[in-house]
Parts: sequence; structure tokens; C-alpha cells
Amino acid sequence: MLKSWVLISTMLMAATAASTAAAEEGIALLKADTDITNTDSLQRGARDFMNYCSGCHSMKYLRYNRMAEDLKIPLPELQKNLMFTSDKSFDGINSAMPPDAVTWFGKQPPDLSLIARAREGGPNYIYSYLHGFYADKTRLWGVNNLYLQATAMPHVLGKLQGLQKPVFKPGSDAGGGAQVELVGVEPMTPGTMKPEEYDQFCRDIANFLDYAAEPIKAKRQSMGVFVMLFLAAFFVFAYLLKKEYWKDVH
Amino acid sequence: MAAAPESSHAGSAGGFVGWIDQRFPLTKLWRSQVSEYYAPKNFNFWYYFGVLSLVVLVNQLVTGIFLTMSYKPSAAEAFSSIEYIMRDLDWGWLIRYMHSTGASAFFIVVYLHMFRALLYGSHRKPRELLWIFGCLIFLLLMAEAFMGYVLPWGNMSFWGAQVIVSLFGSLPVIGGGLVEWIRGDYVIADPTLNRFFALHVAALPIALIFLVIAHLMALHEVGSNNPDGIEIHDQEGPDGHPLDGIPFHPYYTVKDLVGVAGFLLLFCGVIFFAPSFGGLFLESPNFDPANPLQTPPHIAPVWYFTPFYAMLRAVPSFAGTQVWGVIVMGASVVILFFLPWLDRSPVRSIRYRGPIYKIMLGIFVLSFIALGVCGLKPPAGIYPTIGKVCTVLYFAFFLLMPWYTKLDRTKPVPERVTGHA
Repeated sequence: MLKSWVLISTMLMAATAASTAAAEEGIALLKADTDITNTDSLQRGARDFMNYCSGCHSMKYLRYNRMAEDLKIPLPELQKNLMFTSDKSFDGINSAMPPDAVTWFGKQPPDLSLIARAREGGPNYIYSYLHGFYADKTRLWGVNNLYLQATAMPHVLGKLQGLQKPVFKPGSDAGGGAQVELVGVEPMTPGTMKPEEYDQFCRDIANFLDYAAEPIKAKRQSMGVFVMLFLAAFFVFAYLLKKEYWKDVH
Repeated sequence: MAAAPESSHAGSAGGFVGWIDQRFPLTKLWRSQVSEYYAPKNFNFWYYFGVLSLVVLVNQLVTGIFLTMSYKPSAAEAFSSIEYIMRDLDWGWLIRYMHSTGASAFFIVVYLHMFRALLYGSHRKPRELLWIFGCLIFLLLMAEAFMGYVLPWGNMSFWGAQVIVSLFGSLPVIGGGLVEWIRGDYVIADPTLNRFFALHVAALPIALIFLVIAHLMALHEVGSNNPDGIEIHDQEGPDGHPLDGIPFHPYYTVKDLVGVAGFLLLFCGVIFFAPSFGGLFLESPNFDPANPLQTPPHIAPVWYFTPFYAMLRAVPSFAGTQVWGVIVMGASVVILFFLPWLDRSPVRSIRYRGPIYKIMLGIFVLSFIALGVCGLKPPAGIYPTIGKVCTVLYFAFFLLMPWYTKLDRTKPVPERVTGHA
């Protein structure tokens, strides 16, 4: 019995080691430290998403009324302040982009309904991405991104964050200047927000996108606690029943 | 009131059950298959995984039926219909997570169930057909899981299907035509999704259910093996029942209930707290809709296929064709069918086998896990080498078996089972 458990746990450990080792390559993501149960943060994230992101990015699988209910935003308030592209509360969040906008950026700005689940790292990726813009004159919008090279997106939040410049590994261009290894970014010009304020701003948006990717997430987890408690009790009674029945097996 | 005529069927109850028993062998079946089916009393931990596969099968069938009610099998609507299930359908998220987690759980319990056979020699005579039915179930399960994975029509669904289906293209002469016939198009497209849906929800489940019934019938015909690998029917009491046997009901029904409860704790832990399981059960690229113009950064099958995928990749192309890898991958599954005849040991259970089998089995398990890890990784660095070595070790376990099982020093087998867990 003990041997079996040792074997199974070794197998499980090998499997988890394999899964965690997957994110080894590239520049390490920043930690967003988001909390899906923090309604204040989600409300701020929703407000900022609607004001700064929804102009270009749709979120078609999240309905306004679902968001109002989950985030405890009174529907009339939502309709008055945050619904820019529709007056029907059961609609999904569409962007204000005209159909020919694809020519502005070279590609359609992606729908963000599921972005927190579609990118490895989830909210950490979004938080990092929003921190990763740096000046790059070779790009169409004058910026590149540490976490998504050759991104087509302009630095929409540049006014808030200010502009950053790239940091290269010292000596990495010794072999003739061709091999330059990008290792990070550092502040260049200040923005209207203090760094802590900008961190919180990005954290709220990452949190909101995490919510939007799976609106049931917080409820699922809190429900799960009761399911586990029930099953644990069920396990104990099943075990006692078995013990009672097996008394006469020798 | 006139007295009802006594039932002429011996041993059957009166009343409603008696009425049925005169027309259908209900009590007879219940007795012969459940309440008087004698199972060895020494089943241990490893004997839970049979009943657990049955639990997961039922879970997949029931949740699958409910998913089918809201899923749209078309390239235009499939992805959105999954999000409809996840967001708008009452409890849809739970049904979907039960189904997606169930797919991975199915392979976990089936792999452990098969490992149990390797431990205690459950595939040995007279249980060869039982083992072969099991192998067929495993084969169908792989087809079922692959087609199910395509249905959400995410980007990994699309590219996974692209890679796996194109494997058939490496077959000489018929390859090109065969691939086109499978896809129903020149690329993976709407007709492919449609036919995979048909196979996933109708054809394969029906075949699976029949095979599971055959598997159980064969089991009840020959009786269960046990951790000592001896026949309990060799030692029968004066009542004709095996001395080391106990009726399946109530003893194993209540014991299995404990196993099911333990399993549900783990299963629900995943469903409620980690349904993606760190990207292993639900992969991130599959939350992007299928996009024929954009490959995911790294195409890897779901974890339960990766050992076989790693073997496919371990074989280099030779004489201008990639078909050798496909042959090796196919052989890695087909070879399982021959296990009962490859094993020449005079004993069944690992308890009485010698050190060679124990070492070979240990190497086999480790290389299977290592292959699984390799299959998840991009083919770079040390992984291709590990993949090649482990492919050789995987096959060595089977191909050298006739010799090392014969050579191995075995211990004397007891006449009666040794205790119970």
C-alpha cells in the first residue's frame, strides 16, 4: 500500500515538474498578484478596460448585464458610463473599430474575452505585457514590447506610464553588433502616473481580463470548498461502512 | 381472493420481481454476476482502477449527452458554442469541466489499470482475451479522445488534427488519397469537424460500450486475478465456493464505494480548483479560435498522447520517407496485444518474480514517463536523445520479455492468498 503511494506520487511529481518547466524560456514574466475575489479591483479594471481598451478590442463573449451582476455595478450606472457601443444590456462588448481598421495596424486587434486563458501565464502575462513597451524607432508606432516582440499595438497607456528604453546584455554585441540580446527595460521619460499607480492600474486590468476569461471562476472556487467538505465526509462514512462489512472477512 | 399460483422458477422471489424473473433472468443475473460472483478477498489499492474506469466512462457518457444539446458541430459556430456553454448555460461550465477533466482522468485510471496487469500478471492464461478486449478499449479510447479534442475548434484542436491526420499521408501509395478521405477536404475544415463529431458522439461510444461489456463478460467467465497471481478456484470449500473468495456484493461494492469517494475528491479538486491543470488538461492555445494562418508557438498533443508522440518523433526519416516513425508509434500500441504470449514466467505476480522483471518493469515505467515529458517539449536540447533512448527501452521491455522472464529466478507460489488489504 505504502509502496503504491510512493510510486503514484513520484509519477505525479514527474508530471507536474514537466508542466512547470514549460515556462523556462524567454524573459520571466512579472508577478501580477491579482485577486479574482477583489470586486473593487475588478470594477476599476472594468472601468479602465472600457475607457482605454474597448475602443479597439472587443470582448464579445462577456455580456454587459453579466458583468454588471458579477461586479456589483448597478445596471443604469453601467449603461450611462461604460456602454459605448450598445444600448442593449444583454449584448456582448463590441469594439468601436470600423471594419476597415485592420489597415491601421496591419492586423485586427484581437478579441480579449479569453486572452487571460489563451496566453501562458494568464494575468501575469497581461500585467507584464502592459509593462513591457519600450521605444523602438524601427516599429510603425515607435514602440516594441519586451514580452511580445514586434507587437502591432501602439503604447496606448504611454501617457500614463511614460516611455521606457530597452536594456541590452552588456557585451552581447561584441561579435560585430549583430547579436544583441534584450534583457529588460528601464524608465526613460516619466508619465502622469507614479510607478506604483501604474502597477495598480495594470493589476486591475489583468484582474478584470482574468475574470472576463472565466466569469464563473470565483464562484467555482468558493463552491468547490463545500464540494470537497461533502466528499471528505462521504469518504469517512464510506470507509466506516466498508470496515463494518469487512469485519467477518478473515 | 384466489391464491396466485406459486412461481415455478426455483429460487426466484414472488411479487413484482417474481413476475420479471419468469420473463427475464433478473435474479439469476444479479446472483451469478454480483451477489454470488466470488472475487478474491485480497484485492489491494491497484484493484480500484477497473471500477474507476467504469465511473469515468459513465461520467463521459452523461456529461457528453448534455454537452451535445448545446454544442454546434460547425467550423463557424463550434468555438462560440463552447463559450455559450461556459458562460450562458446554467451549470454548463460544470458539465464541460466534468467532461474535459474526465478525458484526462480516463487515461490516468486506464494507465494505472494496465499497470496493475503488469504487476500481477492479469493478462496471463486464461485471461488473454480479457486483456485483448482491454487493449481494444484503449485503442478506441485514444481515437475517441483525439476526435473529442478537435471539437472545441480551438487553435490547438485545429493544428493537432492537422499534424495527426497528416501522419496517414506518410503511408506509401495510398497516403495522399487516404488523408483527403479522412478530412473530407483538402485541409482540416468544416467537413472534418462534422465527421469527427459523428464518430465522437455515436460510432466510437457505441463500440466502446460493447467492448466494455465484452471485457466484463470475459472477466466474469474466468474470474478475477489477484495480487498473488493464483487461481482462487483451485481451493474450494465444501459449499463449492472458493475458500479465498468473497461475494462481490456486498464486500466489493462497499469497498469500491471508498475508492470512488477518494477518486471523486481528487477529480472534483481538479474541476473546482484547477480545471486547466496548469495547461496540461486544457492547453492555452486552445482558447484561441482555430486559425489556419497561425500555428501555435509549439504544437504538442494532450499529455496522455505524448509518450506515443515522442516515439513518433524519435525515429528519423529514412529512405526519403517519414513512415518509419508512424510504424514505430503504431507498433508501440500493437505490441501490447501480444503481451500474454511474450511473458514466459512460470509465475504471474510480481511478488514471486525475480529481480530481472522488477528492474525491467521499473525501467519501462520510468521510460514511459520520460517519453511523456519529451513529447510535451519542443524537439530541442536533450529531449530528442532522451526520446530515442526511451523508445528503445520501451520496446526492449516487450521484445526481450520471452528471454528475461524465463531466465528470472522466481519464488515458490503459495496455495492460498496471503491476507487481505
